[in-house]
Order: sequence, then C-alpha cells, then structure tokens
Amino acid sequence: MGILNKILTAFRGGATEVGQSIVDANSTRIFEQEIRDAEKHLTKAKRDLTEVMAKEMQASREVDRLKRSVAEHEGYATQALEKGNEALALEVAEKIAELDQELSEQQAANESFASHATRLKELVRKTERQVADYQRQLTMVKTTESVQKATATITDSFAGSNSKLLNAKDSLERIKARQQSFDDRLKASETLAEENSDKALHDKLAAAGIGEQKSNANAVLDRIKARKG
Amino acid sequence: MNIHTIANHLNELGDSSQTGFQFDCYPIAGDVEVLQVNVVGREEIPVFVSVTDNQILCISYLWGEDEVNQERRAEMFETMLELNIPMPLSSFAKIDDKYVVYGALSVQSSMQEIEQELSVLSDNCLEVIDELADYLN
Repeated sequence: MGILNKILTAFRGGATEVGQSIVDANSTRIFEQEIRDAEKHLTKAKRDLTEVMAKEMQASREVDRLKRSVAEHEGYATQALEKGNEALALEVAEKIAELDQELSEQQAANESFASHATRLKELVRKTERQVADYQRQLTMVKTTESVQKATATITDSFAGSNSKLLNAKDSLERIKARQQSFDDRLKASETLAEENSDKALHDKLAAAGIGEQKSNANAVLDRIKARKG
Repeated sequence: MNIHTIANHLNELGDSSQTGFQFDCYPIAGDVEVLQVNVVGREEIPVFVSVTDNQILCISYLWGEDEVNQERRAEMFETMLELNIPMPLSSFAKIDDKYVVYGALSVQSSMQEIEQELSVLSDNCLEVIDELADYLN
C-alpha cells in the first residue's frame, strides 16, 4: 500500500482526533532505520562497484597486452618458418598456444567483471531510487503529523483563551468594515487638508490684492464712469 | 530556521516591511511549536506558521465544514480546484473539518520571501472568502 493511501486510511479511520498521530513514533523510527540501512547498502554497493570496475579495467589492459603478445609471437613464428627453422617455429607456436589460453581466460574474466559491474550499477540505481522514495514518504508522514500537532496546538490555544476563530463571513465583514472606516477617515482628512490648504492660499492671495476681489461700490462707480467717459 | 527567528524578524519590521503590512507574532507552545501571525487590521484571520525538517508551512483557516452549504459543496470544490493554480503562491487544503489555504516554503527561504508569502496568503484568504461566500451558509 502506498504511503498516501496509508495516510488517507488513517485519516478516515478516525486518526484525526486531536493528539493522535498517523503513524506511531515507533514505526516512524523503524522507517528511519530502514532508510539508514538502505543508505548503508548503497555505500557498500558503490564501493563494490568501484572495485569491480577497477578489476575490469585491469583485465581489459591484460587482454590488450596478451593480444599484442600473440601478434608479436606469430610474427616470430613466421620469421622462423621463413628461415626454415621448423624447431624454433614450433617452440614459438607452443608459446602462442600458452598465450592464447591465457588470453581466453582473461577475456572470460573481463566479461564476468563487466557484467558484474552492470548488475551493480543497476543495483545502485535501484537503491538510490528506493532511498529517495523512502525519504519522500517519510517527509509526507512527518509533515502530516506536524500539521496535525500544529492544529491541535492552535485548537488548544484558542480553546484556552477567550478569543475564538470567527466564521469566515463575519471575519471578512469585520475586516472590510475596519478597512472601510480607515479609508473613510483617510478620505475625510485628505478633504479637510485640501480645503484648509485652499483656503489658506486664497486668504494670502486676497491679502496681497491678487485674484478675484470682492466688488465694492467704489469699484462699480469707477467702472460706470469709465464707460461714460 | 525556526518560528522564533521568523517572529523576531516580523516583530522588528514595524513600518519598514516590504509588503506594506505590519505583523504581530505570538508563538504558541505545544507538541509542535506554532507561530500565530496577525496581519494588523486583519486580526480575525491569522496565519499560522510551523517549521518542519524541510519546509516552512504557512496556513490560514478559511471555514469549517459546518459553514459550508452542503447542497453546493461539490460546486465549491470545483471552484477551489479551478482557483488553485491562478491563486498566487497558495493552495487549498483541508485539515480535519476545516478548509484552509496554505503555502509551503523551503527552510532555506529568506525573511523577505517569508514576508511576501504571509502577505500574499493573507490577501488570498480575503479574496477567497469574498469569492466563495456564496457557497457558505
């Protein structure tokens, strides 16, 4: 059963009671131990792999050396035959037979190391995937537990105090109302500030005789006289 | 990273926050330590922060199952799923019988990222309640 399934089963089975955990602490510890074991296997497999790969390289070098040696001796045998020295040629041929034997042994060893290395690489890959998967699962269990405990903590804290979590609509209404009254106050004070600064400027301008002046009788009379003249 | 470093940072921010919000933090002791973060002016909907081995979880409670209009429950779920990706940084979830929005951050996050997460989560909360109020009793 996958971990998600376990978590859901535990939830639906009623493990959501405050303080009750999804997976008891003991099984979490066992799980953590399993991860550590898998990590140990992984380290060992990687060490083995390095060793096998080194041996494979050695065997491969040996195969090359033997091949060169066979070719070399074949040359000697040919030369001996060309010189009519059948006895020497036979001796060289015996040596070649020995080298051939050695070569096929080394080739077999090389193949065996190579296939061993392939198997180990596959094992390392699989174990790495498994460890990553275990860790992911453990994280999920721990997070679920942590959230549950945090919820219990929050619930306890609210139950112990006079404050309580309001229902969603009321909370939003209150926040909006507070925001509205803040906005209103802000607007009012802005308007007031604006008016005040307008008035102050007007007063200064009037005192300086600039801008729109109040009409008075003298000014009207002057205007009429000017028109007549 | 623990809730106390977060609390100290947020409390010391005062007016100089990047997000324009002021935060009041109250650690709540328990099996798992939780930080209650009140966004000033929005005290009714606090954000709760807890820190696990590898993540910082910020959770706000939206409403309880008892507040949901049961006849429109499926419709509400569908709306939540549809909003889940457009809603920045936060996702919907359910803990026990409570619907929540939450955001998860890496424990390597900077204080500025945490601050942003909290303010976005708070904004999302108000928006979601406003938007989904029709599905509530």
